[in-house]
Amino acid sequence: MDITLLLTSTVTLASGIPLTLLLTFASLLAGFVLAVPLSFMRASSRKWLSLPVLAYTYVFRGTPLLVQLFIIYYGLGQVGAIRSSVLWVLLRDPFWCCLLAFSLNGAAYTTEIFRGGIQAVATGMIEAAQAVGMSPLQIKRRIIFPIAFRSVLPSYANEVISLVKATSLASTVTLLEITGLSRKLVSETFAPYEIFLAAGVLYLGLTFLLTGFFNALEARLNGAPRAKAHTRRVALQQVTHEL
Amino acid sequence: MLREPAADHGIRAERIQKRLGGNDVLRGVDLTVRPGEILSILGSSGSGKSTLLQCLNLLTVPDRGDIWVHGEKLAIRAISQQGGQARILDHRQVRRVRASMGMVFQSFNLWPHKTALENVTEGPVLVKGIRRNAAADLGRHYLAKVGLSDKADAYPRHLSGGQQQRVAIARALAMEPRVLLFDEPTSALDPELVGEVLRVMAALAGEGRTMVIVTHEMAFAREVSTRAAFMHRGLIEEESPPQEFFSSPVSSRLRGFLASHR
Repeated sequence: MDITLLLTSTVTLASGIPLTLLLTFASLLAGFVLAVPLSFMRASSRKWLSLPVLAYTYVFRGTPLLVQLFIIYYGLGQVGAIRSSVLWVLLRDPFWCCLLAFSLNGAAYTTEIFRGGIQAVATGMIEAAQAVGMSPLQIKRRIIFPIAFRSVLPSYANEVISLVKATSLASTVTLLEITGLSRKLVSETFAPYEIFLAAGVLYLGLTFLLTGFFNALEARLNGAPRAKAHTRRVALQQVTHEL
Repeated sequence: MLREPAADHGIRAERIQKRLGGNDVLRGVDLTVRPGEILSILGSSGSGKSTLLQCLNLLTVPDRGDIWVHGEKLAIRAISQQGGQARILDHRQVRRVRASMGMVFQSFNLWPHKTALENVTEGPVLVKGIRRNAAADLGRHYLAKVGLSDKADAYPRHLSGGQQQRVAIARALAMEPRVLLFDEPTSALDPELVGEVLRVMAALAGEGRTMVIVTHEMAFAREVSTRAAFMHRGLIEEESPPQEFFSSPVSSRLRGFLASHR
């Protein structure tokens, strides 16, 4: 193994980190925003609310992300109505295609994770909120979701880490994030061993940071030594913002 | 029975029926709670006393029957012959009425992600629109009232059962309700923690508050209530002032119940 090549390619590939992170966090944010209302619909006892969401999560969890990406990137361009619509400005761009695929896919998994948490919230918590006169929306926002989010945080962290690694699929539609850069570098140097090893190290580093972040968040939300309510709220806002 | 009760007169429930899981839990109960009254509801488990209490603020919607709270009739649609569930018709009204009736639950039901103080201030802030700073003062006042000034920043899981229930009482009080509903407030507590909760409740009773207490604590009911009711199989079998209720019960079932709980 060529250690020098390993080190230099690590440095070169590091320039792909911003795009990997952008894809991760943008699709995380979009997925989160989509998943919150969808998970409440999915947890609803009304069939006309829950069944359409079930169909959506079933399709997106039941097909490979790579296939979804190819359908969006290669497939949608064949539909005349889309080519002639304003959407085409975005959908002809591989970045937006990736973002769309990752967001929809991530939202499907996240919806099911949140749904589990929502359904596990004890009815007593909800009754207590009803008894003081809170509205259904206030109860969802202030009681159900915060309790549900805390209980599913470990599963959600897993989903986030999966998404980081899933962004490597963007390399198949010409994007030069970490994996895309690696493939380009390999085709120039014919040294796949060192270069993909370097890529792996970079992903491992990102995962390591994210794991640490979620562990800290978990400790914080579970009310380790009391911080002021305000700082905790700000921390949570930052999280949702970054996601 | 059928005349409208005068405005502003406590709570009145008429002919309340509720069927749950194939059982007729309430079979046409009438109940009146006058302002300033402290009503204890006793009865063996399954007699429907908790369900009746939950009907008063519509946490359980009765299948049939009418409820007036402070002179206002609650808008509910009765169960239909076609099997349509009974339901609330005016959610805004119900929220307003619930805010005027504090409720304390058997299993405390504190929100685990909020501190004691936040549990207390959440209702005033969200429902009454009180500013956070003012609500925090209010919350501290009521936490002090239940003897937990030093626990404002503690999370529920770091509190004992008795402390949790006292926070729950402070949470109900902070809404400054006109009526307090207690649903077996000491049944989930270890015996040595029952006293601290009952002491807080007795102090509240001494303030002339209107209270409805579903309980198994005979001595407490006898001491504190102005009226006691005995429920049996979905109906109120007997109700009277506590002296008569406990000393010279009329119905043989109540006599048997009191004898077995002595």
